[in-house]
Amino acid sequence: MEAADTREHYLNADYGVKSWLLTTDHKRIGLLYLISITLMFLLGSMFAVLIRLELLTPGGDLVQADTYNRLFTMHGIVMIFFFLVPSIPAVFGNFLVPIMIGARDLAFPRLNLLSWYVFMVGAAFTLWAVITGGVDTGWTFYTPYSTTASHSQVLWTAIGIFITGFSSILTGLNFIVTIHRMRAPGMTWMRLPLFIWAQYATSLIMVLGTPVLAITVFMLFLERVLGLGIFDPALGGDPILFQHLFWFYSHPAVYIMVLPSMGVVSEVITCFARKQIYGYKFVAISSLAIALLGFLVWGHHMFTSTQSVYTALVFSVLSFAVAIPSAVKVFNWTATLYKGAVTFEAPMLFAMGFIGLFTIGGLTGLFLASLGLDVHVHDTYFVVAHFHYIMVGGALMGYLGAVHFWWPKLFGRMYSEWAARVAAVLVFLGFNLTFFPQFVLGYLGMPRRYHVYPEEFQVLNVMSTLGASILGLGYMIPLVYLTWSLSRGPRAGANPWHAAGLEWTTPSPPPTENFETVPVVTEEPYSYPISEAEAV
Amino acid sequence: MTTESTAHVAHHFDTAEQQQKAATFGMWVFLITEIMMFGGLFTAYIVYRWMYPDAFAEASHHLDTQLGALNTAVLLASSLTMALAVRASQLGEKKQLIRRLLLTIALGSVFLGVKAYEYAHKFEEGLVPGAFFRFDGPHAHHAELFFSLYFGMTGLHAVHMIIGVGILGTLTWMAARNRFSPAYYTPVEIGGLYWHFVDLVWIYLFPLLYLLGRHG
Repeated sequence: MEAADTREHYLNADYGVKSWLLTTDHKRIGLLYLISITLMFLLGSMFAVLIRLELLTPGGDLVQADTYNRLFTMHGIVMIFFFLVPSIPAVFGNFLVPIMIGARDLAFPRLNLLSWYVFMVGAAFTLWAVITGGVDTGWTFYTPYSTTASHSQVLWTAIGIFITGFSSILTGLNFIVTIHRMRAPGMTWMRLPLFIWAQYATSLIMVLGTPVLAITVFMLFLERVLGLGIFDPALGGDPILFQHLFWFYSHPAVYIMVLPSMGVVSEVITCFARKQIYGYKFVAISSLAIALLGFLVWGHHMFTSTQSVYTALVFSVLSFAVAIPSAVKVFNWTATLYKGAVTFEAPMLFAMGFIGLFTIGGLTGLFLASLGLDVHVHDTYFVVAHFHYIMVGGALMGYLGAVHFWWPKLFGRMYSEWAARVAAVLVFLGFNLTFFPQFVLGYLGMPRRYHVYPEEFQVLNVMSTLGASILGLGYMIPLVYLTWSLSRGPRAGANPWHAAGLEWTTPSPPPTENFETVPVVTEEPYSYPISEAEAV
Repeated sequence: MTTESTAHVAHHFDTAEQQQKAATFGMWVFLITEIMMFGGLFTAYIVYRWMYPDAFAEASHHLDTQLGALNTAVLLASSLTMALAVRASQLGEKKQLIRRLLLTIALGSVFLGVKAYEYAHKFEEGLVPGAFFRFDGPHAHHAELFFSLYFGMTGLHAVHMIIGVGILGTLTWMAARNRFSPAYYTPVEIGGLYWHFVDLVWIYLFPLLYLLGRHG
């Protein structure tokens, strides 16, 4: 024990603010992101609390329409661009991609640090917009409202999102080059952990999609500043073009958020089922298939926006096709569990929660991708419930799973398993109570983005707010026991879960260079069960 | 001697070759992101050209094809000098490398000078979109769209040129301080990739904005 205390690792290799703010160590940069996005998550949650409080009653008792518009807009913008999109890639991708492939760092360490600074500058502009009144356009910035009518801080937010996009681009670029060029001897493509495949697919979307968002937001910016007419029908422009360009990024962005979580689930499921993943190649390739198909379905956000029936039909069919690789994953995870020696540690609870919630989110996505039904539930709470099942029930559950699975690796400490299981159960129950009633509300016709509603919707809304309180509690508990574990938690060995993968062969926390000697990979991934001797 | 020849290899790479391949690949990926970024503007151009062909043809008559052609020639020449600079760096010919880089900078600056002249001229004619836009005839709004896209596309291109000139200046400074050798010339090579890409964008911009529809 005492020997472990004095061992040099990435956390104690150097001290002082400068050693963190000027670090090029991918693990430290991952932690910088962890702190930044946790703060952004708390900010985004604050808006959610106010939204749910307002919706407790049918009338506008807490805020008026104008404030409410700003609340849901800022909730969406902060949560999507400053929490979910960076979440797993920027924290765990940064930390794990080099270690999992047996490299000493990402290909471009200084670029990696730059991406964090770019993120912070973008966040600063957006925070400035929040402080000076916020934005009321919805996170979608639809024109011409955002360019000609809105009196809120569209410009500052647009600059913030434009800048933050480059952080995403740089991270994606770094991962792609690293995965291609930095793999350890013997780490062939078909031996890559599935988390790496997921990061690779995510990076492709970041690199191909984000530049389009950047230029679109830039056009919006110029249009608002100079009074151009690119998206203004009064001047011959086409507001629908904005929607096309926006969703060309923003639909694939959903997969930026959920694919990394799928990678996490693949790692966690195999570990706690003590079994090799079922159908490795299919799970790996399905990540790429989701990334590719994700670029061909953006039109399903625009079924009610003057699209021709034939265009809509094609987008509908392609959207259905995304269900295939998604289902491949879910079925393979289930098959991995079959006859496995399954245990339910906290990361596993989050992973199981992911599978259930993602499946509901995915299936209701099919409802929305079908033309007739979408017209009925378009812009209702059905849509709100659907994407929260994917982005919170899916992406955020996966993120929490990752936090609990790799926490011992990050800090070399164990958290309270009992408290973590309570949190996982609370999050799962709270989440369902919050968002399942919203499916019903939407189906009954309650539109999204309104602060008042007819009285007959109150019961379901109260249920939702109650669920949100439980969900909030579920999110707060980990903040406590994880912080506590940093100083008081029992020390974790190199491989506390008896898991497969290179990251578990190096001490916790890892040394600055990740490995004492360059690892040579000689076996297939997920060669479970891991013997006690190997697990140390 | 061995320490000198591997001094440029960063700690996390095993070999100089791995580092060189990573850097080059990184630049290619970056250029793909650039294509996607310009792609957004090109999409907007295609949509509006298809919606308003007459207005776009009429508006493009206000661009000076001779200056556009001159700039195309200048940029193509700069691509040649850049390619020659990369060759010089591979052969370790320091003086040639610096001379060719400076020549490329000069040609890039000529391009930007001509572009600035064109912009100033448009400003005087009232063809800059916004409050001071003046265009006679029924197509005024649609012509303004054309000029919005003209300034957006050539402006973004010009920003890339300015960054490119900055990169070339840095490369010249590095070359003067003997930072390159036949064993290590990756920055010149990937700087060249970037420069050729920016040239290539102009090869598309010139016909789309200056030439298309002029005979219609």
